[in-house]
Amino acid sequence: MMFLNNTYNEFIKIAAKPRSYIGLIALSVLIGVIIFAMKADGSTYISFVTASFEQTLSFSGDIMNGNLIAFIILQMLIVHIPLLVALVTGDLISGEANMGTIRMLASKPISRTQIILSKFLAGALYTLLLTIWLGFLSLYVARWIFGTGDLMVLTSDGLIIHPESDVEWRYIYGFLTAYLSLLTVSTLSICLSAFAENSIGPIVTTMAIIILFTIIGSMDVTVFDSIKPYLFTTHMAAWRSYFEDPVPWDAINESIRILIYHNVILVAIALFQFNRKDITS
Amino acid sequence: MQNTPIIEVTSISKSFGSFEAVKDVSFHVNRGDVFGFLGPNGAGKSTTIRCLLSLIKPNSGEIKLFGETFSSNRSMILSKIGSIIEKPDFYKYLSAEKNLEIFARISGAQVNRKQIHEMLDFVGLRGREKHRIKGFSHGMKQRLGIAQTLLHQPDLIILDEPTTGLDPQGIIEIRNLIPRLKTEQNKTILLSSHQLSEIELIANRMVIINKGKTLVEGDVSELLNQQEVLILLEVDNVEKAMSLIHSKFPLSSPELNASGQIELTLQKNQTALLNKELIKAEILVSALEPKRKLEDFFIKIIGA
Repeated sequence: MMFLNNTYNEFIKIAAKPRSYIGLIALSVLIGVIIFAMKADGSTYISFVTASFEQTLSFSGDIMNGNLIAFIILQMLIVHIPLLVALVTGDLISGEANMGTIRMLASKPISRTQIILSKFLAGALYTLLLTIWLGFLSLYVARWIFGTGDLMVLTSDGLIIHPESDVEWRYIYGFLTAYLSLLTVSTLSICLSAFAENSIGPIVTTMAIIILFTIIGSMDVTVFDSIKPYLFTTHMAAWRSYFEDPVPWDAINESIRILIYHNVILVAIALFQFNRKDITS
Repeated sequence: MQNTPIIEVTSISKSFGSFEAVKDVSFHVNRGDVFGFLGPNGAGKSTTIRCLLSLIKPNSGEIKLFGETFSSNRSMILSKIGSIIEKPDFYKYLSAEKNLEIFARISGAQVNRKQIHEMLDFVGLRGREKHRIKGFSHGMKQRLGIAQTLLHQPDLIILDEPTTGLDPQGIIEIRNLIPRLKTEQNKTILLSSHQLSEIELIANRMVIINKGKTLVEGDVSELLNQQEVLILLEVDNVEKAMSLIHSKFPLSSPELNASGQIELTLQKNQTALLNKELIKAEILVSALEPKRKLEDFFIKIIGA
């Protein structure tokens, strides 16, 4: 009961903080800008992508539709959304330490484990809200503006065209996996937040880790080959795999496993740190 | 039930790195006490209080509250305590009412909105319930802190330097409120302060700590009455009075000050005797003013 009460409290705090709306507003603006750009000059953008295939393929009908726009939006934004997630979740514990409310919270008859788990749950739900908003704007608003149709996807193996009837489930699975990736970012920033006394540190450190891991993952150097499969950033683009043909289920399952392991380990580290921490702020 | 110990602190020590904040501190607080926890700044009061609230884990020693330790029943213990530690901090972006709702929800008691409004009324913040904390003065936050402390009807109230930073009016309000909590609501109160005069006004028992160590513990009146007092005496016949004092109170070191008053030092229980001797010797006494040397006592005890 105490856990649920505190989780409810966490929602109230998130909902009352102006910074919680920055992510939603930023997403709306970014997606709005992309949709506007595609509406205004999307054909140029598409022809740039399809130019290399025009020698061998002829395209009939309108390939620029809501499904393609959603795919483009996801590719563009999935790199930036972690910052919007960390902006809120990185503040969940350290913000309380900074304000001094952590000592009020920790001197109440609720265990420190419950305090931390409430924050993880609240962070997870905020991230879910952000992902749903991303999905709604990129998929449903784009479909409303551009209409629906077959989805043309450029992968490392070439061009794949998914029939309209075969797209919906790919997006649902894709968004769920993207959510798991963003949840890992949320968990990382909350974990870092348990070590900090101010909000900036965990937010900046989260982004620094993502940038570092992404660079390591993209470097074609043998020395990093052994660690690349275990970096969560390697698996943050796993959502794209649902748009390959055939779908590489083993690779997706492996990515999901690695991301879940990261979440479990990060929660365990945060619990260990917060339970042993002397609250002196 | 009045002598049932609610807080039992036995030889607790706490270090932060090489710095020993608390060294072998022991004391106990009985049910119904207004217990003064006295010491200069940096004495280890806040660290000890944080240990009492499980915010800091002592390196050694034992703390029992309501007969239980934190390892055996932390939740029960904390549900019976209301506290303000150093200064009350709230969520600045939320209203006073929402802040109280948040803390009430995890206090272990059922608190409804009516009770929240009654408590805001009690601390003089009715009408401000919808206002955000970021617009509150320090005094208002302190009163809201008191409301938060009392909301779940705790048995024990721990107030760490509750008058720090308050204006004189705020200090008076808090000093008047604490005795009311004891008499009207039968609370046990632990009050930390670095001001002896504050403890003397409010508390019935006290402990003095300095440099992390317990120096003295006992009844406030007994501890203070053991001390010498400075007497300022105005009489019609100074010479006769000086002679009498020299003969009857040879250790009192009487001196005539610039205002024509006789200054002498006596044990507190000798004051009435001095008055009696002066009257017996037919010396008219126009003023006999005992001035207890509180600061001297405090400084002597803490060895500063």
